[in-house]
Amino acid sequence: MARTTTKDAQALFQSLRSAYASTPTNLKIIDLYVMFAVFTALIQVAYMAIVGSFPFNSFLSGLLSCVGTAVLAVCLRIQVNKENKEFKDLPPERAFADFVLCNLVLHLVIMNFLG
Amino acid sequence: IRNGGKSDSVNGHKSGSNQSPSLKSDLISPTMFNLKTLKLKTKQQELLIRVTILCLVYVLAFITRLFSVLRYESMIHEFDPCFNYRTTLFLTQKGFYGFWNWFDSESWYPLGRIIGDTLYPGLMVTAALMYWTLRFLRFAVHIREVCVLGAPFFASNTTLVAYFFGKEIGDLGFRGRPCGSCTDSDLPWLHLEIRSYDNEGVAIFALLLTFYLFVKAVNTGSLAWALASAFGYFYMVSAWGGYVFIINLVPLYVMVLLITGRYSMRLYVAYNCMYVLGMLLAMQIRFVGFQHVQSGEHMAAMGVFFLLQVFYFLDWVKHMLSDTKLFQAFLRITVTTAVVVGVVALGALQLGISHHGRAASTLLLDPTYAKDHIPIIASVSEHQPTAWSSFMFDFHSLLFLFPAGLYFCFKRLSDATIFLVMYGLTSMYFAGVMVRLILVATPAVCLISAIAVSATIKNLTRLVRAKNKVPSTGSSKGASSTKSSSKASLDQSLPFQRNGAIALLVGAFYLLSKYATHCTWVTSEAYSSPSIVLAARGAYGNRVIFYDYREAYFWLRQNTPPDAKVMSWWDYGYQITAMGNRTVIVDNNTWNNTHIATVGRAMSSYEDEAYEIMRSLDVDYVLVVFGGVTGYSSDDINKFLWMVRIGGGVFPVIKEPDYLVNGEYRVDKGAAPKMLNCLMYKLSYYRFGELMTEYGKPPGYDRARGVEIGNKDVKLEYLEEVFTTSNWIVRIYKVKPPNNRW
Repeated sequence: MARTTTKDAQALFQSLRSAYASTPTNLKIIDLYVMFAVFTALIQVAYMAIVGSFPFNSFLSGLLSCVGTAVLAVCLRIQVNKENKEFKDLPPERAFADFVLCNLVLHLVIMNFLG
Repeated sequence: IRNGGKSDSVNGHKSGSNQSPSLKSDLISPTMFNLKTLKLKTKQQELLIRVTILCLVYVLAFITRLFSVLRYESMIHEFDPCFNYRTTLFLTQKGFYGFWNWFDSESWYPLGRIIGDTLYPGLMVTAALMYWTLRFLRFAVHIREVCVLGAPFFASNTTLVAYFFGKEIGDLGFRGRPCGSCTDSDLPWLHLEIRSYDNEGVAIFALLLTFYLFVKAVNTGSLAWALASAFGYFYMVSAWGGYVFIINLVPLYVMVLLITGRYSMRLYVAYNCMYVLGMLLAMQIRFVGFQHVQSGEHMAAMGVFFLLQVFYFLDWVKHMLSDTKLFQAFLRITVTTAVVVGVVALGALQLGISHHGRAASTLLLDPTYAKDHIPIIASVSEHQPTAWSSFMFDFHSLLFLFPAGLYFCFKRLSDATIFLVMYGLTSMYFAGVMVRLILVATPAVCLISAIAVSATIKNLTRLVRAKNKVPSTGSSKGASSTKSSSKASLDQSLPFQRNGAIALLVGAFYLLSKYATHCTWVTSEAYSSPSIVLAARGAYGNRVIFYDYREAYFWLRQNTPPDAKVMSWWDYGYQITAMGNRTVIVDNNTWNNTHIATVGRAMSSYEDEAYEIMRSLDVDYVLVVFGGVTGYSSDDINKFLWMVRIGGGVFPVIKEPDYLVNGEYRVDKGAAPKMLNCLMYKLSYYRFGELMTEYGKPPGYDRARGVEIGNKDVKLEYLEEVFTTSNWIVRIYKVKPPNNRW
């Protein structure tokens, strides 16, 4: 059972890697940014687990800024991806402008909330 | 119907595509011929008609809400609006920082109230912004006018948003028009806006705006609309506690879409942006605080957020992997790891998340909760379950148009109609639980009924139009003989169809006009009375106005020392602080149950015990409301049992059965002895025993209860009467200082 699972896992890994290699570079950059944001969020949660959650608003604002920007980057990726039929009329410049605007609002609120 | 026919002719062409092209020009030329003077194309005619109707609807929505302003004067009615007015006044005088950091020592003596942390600032900030804008444009308005007229203004805006919402839901702009005409004469949020200056006036506008923007975001999948809906949600959170409805309905909607398989990338974009940004913005309101991540009521939204991430991630992986077997292996691995991680995380997070929602929300899910646990919430009349008569009174024809509209929504399912159906059903459930929530259901009911009306009218006019085309076919120059004969056979198959359609159309318009009349009548009769001024019919049928409340509050303002403290039941707290400008012990905010229970205990005890309590609270004056002379039935004697219950909830020394006789609440000779000697009884009926209230009845006949009172010889030892208004409605007593020791 375990051996088949590891074999499956390896096959899975290989096929995922090969499928992913074919994605265009701009999408890979966005993915990298998402990974960075999620990673930062995890570090913050680990820090909170060690140090405690006071002041809570600072913790929340830090965490939500990472989560928020990750989510917005994923939305950008969805809108820019050529394979999505629903967004083929949307020019990528418009998608990026929306992304920038939402990030601006997000970070303004975060700065107010940071305390 | 003429106008409907004209624009329908454009759409009718799309549906009746089997007609010859020559027919099109035949139809357009008579239409153009009619308006040839204006030289407009059909599309422009449609736009003109639509804009005209919208303007009329806007104006109408505004002026139906002005009955009380025109009849009495421009003043703040009821209880909560007094407080809102006072805070808005403070905001305009002291500025935003003064307002945000305000500690009010004039209410809840001796505790005071941190106003900045315990209110929803949306309404006040909106009114203050309008006031500052008008002042900037050099209109010298008083803030009170802005407050009183602000609610009708927002009602008009709400109808506008409802029109756009209707347009978003239907593809045809045609649907927007009956939608607009239904929403404008739409009643139930009328009554709380007539009350004029309360949170709900702005909140319903914000609610509908948020829903409209969210549906638009789901339809277009654009981040900009999702951001706009997050701002709409922020406005809603700042305005009313009912925002919990939005934060639960939207995730529920997302779940329904996921389950029915209607999900798409647009949904992901819309919900995620709205949730994260909306949650962050909402937490800026101090009153809401961290509830979005801690309170049980908001967990659904977070749960759906995480679910969406997982769902779409799996979807993406499935898309990347071409082999289903590999995908199953992937699923297996990730599910086991996820379960392990989830158990660990749940254990760690148990510490943080509180499972108790607010009491009011628990009341919505379990209507009997408050009666057993929290008498204060159960005692508010707006929190009672709704009777059928209230529904009929408020909704009239919409009650049966609503199911019809649901049917039409199901016939043409789309993301937007699913949302509307869910909004309608959930809000109707909540409207059934609590009377006050009828106003949340109203926009949904109106929109759904409008869909029913517009679909019916469209079908009927199409029938009428179809039959109209046939005679013109016969008479037109370009039609061939074969075509005319085939049309004639169609005509013969349904001989009365045209007449039936016309009859039904007339009936539908009669129904709509009746509905509009009913709404206006109800507004004028039932929802336009300011409760601060009472009106009644005199002996000769003339209208008699009772100004007792204002008389009493102004007496307080002018004849008591500025630091005097007034004890009354919590209903009148806001009004006393706003109009009488005196410190009160408890007011309508009802945030401290023990304090209110102390007052309740004082009111239900014997005079000497009550005197101890009043001395401990530094009370100088006591105010009671008494309806025995006028027959006014919302007085303190009728509310007395709630005082007993609330007091008894905290102080077991007060027992409700002591005041009842065989379970019956009486004030006449057969009443319980504790009832006949408690403070409330004495203060209400002091000197009442000598008064002749009605011809043919003995002195001391209580017109509100319809009995002769039991204890006519009331003597007060520790209080003295200082003021009774001209109709005995409000009575004020002064607490005597303790006697000298010798």
